[in-house]
Amino acid sequence: MRQIRNFSIIAHIDHGKSTLADRLIQHAGLVEDRQFRDQILDNMDIERERGITIKSQTVVLPYTSRSGETFQLNLIDTPGHADFSYEVSRALASCEGVLLLIDASQGVQAQTIANLYSAMEHNLAIIPVINKIDLPSADIERAREQIEHDLGLDPDDAVLCSAKEATGIEDVLEAIVERVPAPSGDASKPLSVLIFDAQYDPFRGAVASCRIFDGKFGPGDIIRFMSTGATHKVEEVGFFRLNRDPQKELSAGSVGYVVAGIKTVADIRIGDTITLDSNPVASPQPGFKDVKPVVFSSIYPISSDDYPSLLDALERYKLNDAALVYQKDSSIALGQGFRCGFLGLLHLDIVQERLEREFDQSIIMTAPSVQYQFTLNDGSSITVENPQYYPDPVEIEQSREPFIKAVIILPERYMGAVMKLCMERRGSNPRVAYPTPGRVEITFDMPLAEVVFDFYDRLKTVTQGYGSFDYELTEYRVSDLVKLDILVNGEKVDALSLIVHRERARDWGVQVCDRLKEEIPRHNFKIAIQGAIGGKIISRSTISPFRKDVTAKCYGGDISRKRKLLEKQKKGKKRMKMVGQVMIPQSAFVSVLKNKDE
Amino acid sequence: MYPCLRIKMSSEELPGLYIHVPFCGSKCFYCDFYSVCSRSWICAWLKALRTEMALYSEEFPVFDSLYLGGGTPSILDVRELLELFESLAKHFAFSTVSEMTMEVNPESLSHEKLKAVASFGLNRLSLGVQSLNDADLKYLGRRHNSAQALRAFDICRGAGFSNVSVDLIYGLETQSLKSWKNTLDTILEFRPEHISCYQLTFEKSTALWKMRKSGRVRSIGEKMEAAFFIWTSRYLQRRGYRHYEVSNFAAGPEFMCRHNRKYWRHVPYLGLGPSAHSLSIKPMAGDFRDRTLRRWWNVKSVSDYCRLLSEGKKPVEGTEILSKDQFELEALDLGLRTEDGLAMNLVENYPHSQRVLSQWQKSGFIKVSEGRVKPTRRGFLVSDSLAVMLQN
Repeated sequence: MRQIRNFSIIAHIDHGKSTLADRLIQHAGLVEDRQFRDQILDNMDIERERGITIKSQTVVLPYTSRSGETFQLNLIDTPGHADFSYEVSRALASCEGVLLLIDASQGVQAQTIANLYSAMEHNLAIIPVINKIDLPSADIERAREQIEHDLGLDPDDAVLCSAKEATGIEDVLEAIVERVPAPSGDASKPLSVLIFDAQYDPFRGAVASCRIFDGKFGPGDIIRFMSTGATHKVEEVGFFRLNRDPQKELSAGSVGYVVAGIKTVADIRIGDTITLDSNPVASPQPGFKDVKPVVFSSIYPISSDDYPSLLDALERYKLNDAALVYQKDSSIALGQGFRCGFLGLLHLDIVQERLEREFDQSIIMTAPSVQYQFTLNDGSSITVENPQYYPDPVEIEQSREPFIKAVIILPERYMGAVMKLCMERRGSNPRVAYPTPGRVEITFDMPLAEVVFDFYDRLKTVTQGYGSFDYELTEYRVSDLVKLDILVNGEKVDALSLIVHRERARDWGVQVCDRLKEEIPRHNFKIAIQGAIGGKIISRSTISPFRKDVTAKCYGGDISRKRKLLEKQKKGKKRMKMVGQVMIPQSAFVSVLKNKDE
Repeated sequence: MYPCLRIKMSSEELPGLYIHVPFCGSKCFYCDFYSVCSRSWICAWLKALRTEMALYSEEFPVFDSLYLGGGTPSILDVRELLELFESLAKHFAFSTVSEMTMEVNPESLSHEKLKAVASFGLNRLSLGVQSLNDADLKYLGRRHNSAQALRAFDICRGAGFSNVSVDLIYGLETQSLKSWKNTLDTILEFRPEHISCYQLTFEKSTALWKMRKSGRVRSIGEKMEAAFFIWTSRYLQRRGYRHYEVSNFAAGPEFMCRHNRKYWRHVPYLGLGPSAHSLSIKPMAGDFRDRTLRRWWNVKSVSDYCRLLSEGKKPVEGTEILSKDQFELEALDLGLRTEDGLAMNLVENYPHSQRVLSQWQKSGFIKVSEGRVKPTRRGFLVSDSLAVMLQN
């Protein structure tokens, strides 16, 4: 156990986490150079394309230190996005130390700080690493200053490296060995294992990634999940090299995996504790909670015939993503579909993209919504995350919506623009701090609903990419909510309805009408688009008709050619949704909430 | 002795025969029909045509319309025309009600030529005037001027043709509504039996298409096009012409083009010559599921055409058999392009027909009368989108 180090890398997005992981793996000689590809731990195309990590990955790195001692370094790679903060926290709970990565040219950002706090909560050894020192714009001195002032860490402890150029990698590894404490624990005590991730293997079922705190176990043992009481017989345990490497047993201090005939990842609760059925530990590892979706949206197949295929795709998708929840939903405009809950907007994006790419589904997603609470006249309370189920306004006693604490770090020169943006989005109680000269940290109380639409994109725009943003859910607050309906040629399109704050209703109404005007193609008749609250029209736009589409000549040789053209149009129409006689393209349903100038 | 065409009686609507004459003096800028600008292939083409006729004479023994189109059929001289008609007379028969049309261009017709074709049985001419404004004619790349066009009309009448159609093009950027009216007014003085008014279309890979792409010419825009269309329809109807198809006007029901109407009602037709299209229906009557509608088209290139026939092969480039959906889509679209419109019972089969029809009526696209859905002028203008709306 003395030779084991369990650590993770945490960083703001784009500060080079995956590249550093790549270098550490290469240094350990786990792969030959010719087999190597960038972002080796990011298996999904979407991770590589976006340069983000969605699923945690774990890998054992053998390392011989400068003093000649051999170590087993367990790198637990964590997702790099706030949507997955619970998974991150479980991964951190499995470590004794972290590398806190800071981009030498960008310095400390919002997520750097958020990450530092969570590392501190878990009492981890923190090793600041200044990365990208090869960049011409690198400012190491400034980064050191920020480490001292913003993070309150000793700048002399910072390790310098360039993951891209593979310089300073040895220093990083040495620092891990020296400064991250060896795990404590007792292999003779009752088994206590923390699950920090789960993955689906089509042949073995769900595979749990875990950290053993006390005790030891191996194949044949009957284990118990403490949150559910479910028991399973262990088939295999082992370490993660780049593939799974079976072992006779796992014992206190190590990080590895368990295969135990578990059907889906939904049967494994991240944060749950595994113990032995015959000799259970008295209390589980702390910090377990049920992850609850924060953002909701409905998914419909473009063609209603594809509903069974979409159901099948969701079932298969869910095998590997326990965080996605869904239930049947139906809309007058869009037919049969599913109401889905997501951890956040990135999670929503990922689900949409993977359904389309890996599962070959053509889908429409409706505008994301948060979960609102209503107290009704009869004293009962309901939560509503689907505008379709907005209660009758006369029965509402009180409405509440979720609020967040939003932390934005930005260069001082953009402060005016960011303040304006946050105020527009109903931000309140601004707190401003100046952690280092030239940089501002603004904290706002904001409704989550104002953030889910396009806040992050807007922030990037107004700060030219320099603003960073992080948030945490705080509480539900009383709010004056209304339901905004959208009518297309007099017909209400239920899938376009939104629950919004009364003061923002007109702005949203105008924006949705304007956006739909751009999204819906011209027809041979006039189309009126209206936003309405109750029966009252608050915004409108009109799509003027086209007057002529006929071809002049249609004789023997033209007929097949023309029919083919019409068939193509018909096919195009199949990708649209008909509302009355109006064709609405699939993109319209989500884009109504995106601001025009992006 | 003249190769006068044999005449046969029939009660059922007989197929039409189209002959594509793929030769021109030069290519007009807007035209995307197949033709070559050389006479050197005429002899081989005539020979190949004769072979092609022989290959089809059993399947298509009798017609009630003939249409010589192009290209520029009037580019053929009397001797070549004689050879063509001799071949036709040898292989096919024509019924009593037959209409036989030849497309002629002002610069390539003479009294002698027209007298000759009249003696073969030809009874209708389609004169490619396009415009009586010299600036328009230049813009279109035509070989004649307005004076020649007017003279040509007199030659047609002088040769005894009492059924003459005039082709016109409008919606050119060189044209104002006033100059278009002048062209129409002058044409109307001659009282042609039939007028085709085509909206200028920028067809892919024509010279005009390229000129528009490079920004040298442009379209007059949808609004102006619609205005020209409505005005033209109104004006000609006031002058006693029936607007019986999107681009076609007839001085009386007897002057509607019998041959072209076959295209619009799925009556079979045989097309001979390079790039010609054909439609066969077997058997002629009955339910759709018992019938096979087959359409095929010939190779474009005149040299390929001649070579294949010299090898005794049909010069067919492609064939399609229409599915029920395809047939219905065509029937809807073609029907909505004609004043007859659609039979109500055809429309009622579609699930949302009532809602669609009431919306069309509200938009002023159709009138319902005598159990038919008939397009209005504004309906003509958007008839392509109407067909697709109904089928969804």
